[in-house]
Amino acid sequence: MNPIVKSVGLRKSYGAFEALKGIDLEIERGEVLCIVGPSGSGKSTFLRCINQLEAVDGGALWVNGELVGYRRTGHKLFELSEREIARQRLATGMVFQRFNLFPHKTALDNVIEGPVQVLKLERKKAELEAHELLARVGLSDKCGAYPIALSGGQQQRVAIARALAMKPALMLFDEPTSALDPELVGEVLSVMRDLARTGMTMIVVTHELGFAREVANRVLFMDQGLVVESGSPEQVLGRPTQARTRDFISAVLS
Amino acid sequence: MSGRDDLAEDISQFEHVRRKHVGRYVSGAVIAALAAWVVMAFAHGGIEWAFVGRYLTVHSIVAGLGNTVLMTALAMLLGVSIGVTVAIMRLSANPVINWAAAAYVWFFRGTPVLLQLLLWFNLALVFPTLGIPGLVELPTVEVMTPFLAALLGLGINQGAYTSEVVRAGLLSVDKGQYEAAKAIGMPRLQALRRIILPQAMRVIVPPIGNELIGMVKLTSLASVIQFPEIVYSAENIYYANNRVIELLIVAGIWYVVVVTVLSALQARIERYFARGAGVSDAITRTGN
Repeated sequence: MNPIVKSVGLRKSYGAFEALKGIDLEIERGEVLCIVGPSGSGKSTFLRCINQLEAVDGGALWVNGELVGYRRTGHKLFELSEREIARQRLATGMVFQRFNLFPHKTALDNVIEGPVQVLKLERKKAELEAHELLARVGLSDKCGAYPIALSGGQQQRVAIARALAMKPALMLFDEPTSALDPELVGEVLSVMRDLARTGMTMIVVTHELGFAREVANRVLFMDQGLVVESGSPEQVLGRPTQARTRDFISAVLS
Repeated sequence: MSGRDDLAEDISQFEHVRRKHVGRYVSGAVIAALAAWVVMAFAHGGIEWAFVGRYLTVHSIVAGLGNTVLMTALAMLLGVSIGVTVAIMRLSANPVINWAAAAYVWFFRGTPVLLQLLLWFNLALVFPTLGIPGLVELPTVEVMTPFLAALLGLGINQGAYTSEVVRAGLLSVDKGQYEAAKAIGMPRLQALRRIILPQAMRVIVPPIGNELIGMVKLTSLASVIQFPEIVYSAENIYYANNRVIELLIVAGIWYVVVVTVLSALQARIERYFARGAGVSDAITRTGN
């Protein structure tokens, strides 16, 4: 089967700063990939290129069988329209560091917003599914709560339910526990662990090395816009071959 | 030292005596006296209060009041529609659209609304006829009635101010909200309508409420182009009977009534759009 994500020489710059200097990577369906690395290494940028929150400057990226952001005609790549990009985004679900729940909507309304407004699902049906999803993340009793009345951990779990409601082929997590108080990290990681068990393909940018060791099939270490090292968690986190990886891991663990 | 001795003494059961706010009594008395003086002056001045009462509900005043309220509503509706559109144009990536929106705001904020009203009303001097070439053609003086001139003058001018308010509101919404909306597959305009604008409303509504109240009184300018709102009606009556002050008071009373009602409405609308923002008592909605 084709990889769900294929990146060839992917490049992205912000002015003179090169955030991604050529990423080559394949991710298989059902894989749980954790990307670790120091801040500014380009790991979040790579994630944001996958669902086109950032437009790439060079190289090519395929997600779920489609070339991302462009249509190939002959030897030219034509930029897609905004509407087509919005459609391509439906392949991915995104969970943000700062949750980004819609503050003017209740937990339930946050979850059904996409299914009703974008997928044009009937409201009753969407609500039924949303109740199931909120139960799955342990928040059945918080359906009517506005985000402000929820803890960070609860907000992030609603955000996961909101992303899952769109039935994505691939889930992206951008440092999902970095904005949480330490005692709330566990409940979010536990929901993610359960999700990984269901066979969902997940790409997780994280500083939680323990989670990566336990849940990931593969760990990727990025630094300065490049993939430095990639392999099983035991290999990358346990016996890193690169000095930069070793330095990073010892800095995180100390 | 004596201070040490004070600490040793038990004063916990002593009575507490509050400060005397002498200044408050004095300033209160001065203001009350001034108010009484103003009331007395008007009570004994050359105002026939019986006239005020009689003219408060005569037909042309009530019709003028109706026109004032109608023009306020329509001009504000036009202003807000233009304002939202222009604000979105200002945030467009297209430099031509962006520039056109900025030019509109520059022009209509740069000239007095009274002058704009006169320009619309006298449009016939520039374009004797209006219409689509070959289809319809009408003399401008017939099309540009006082009503239409007032609506265009007030509404288009208002749109320039409202667009700045809306733009500030749109910019106040966190960038993460655009990204979250995109991430669930929403195209830009849908994200604006469903996610960004409702949140921007919390910032937009209070100044718009303020401008709506301003518009109630701004419509009085339309009296100079013979639009029969309440000041125009009052003027027409006092041209005939010379009860100038009485009729101006009648108009004033009605303005205060309308503004008071709108202020009460404004508070309710603000509460609605503040839901989920932490300033509302309705943090959880029941029934879900």
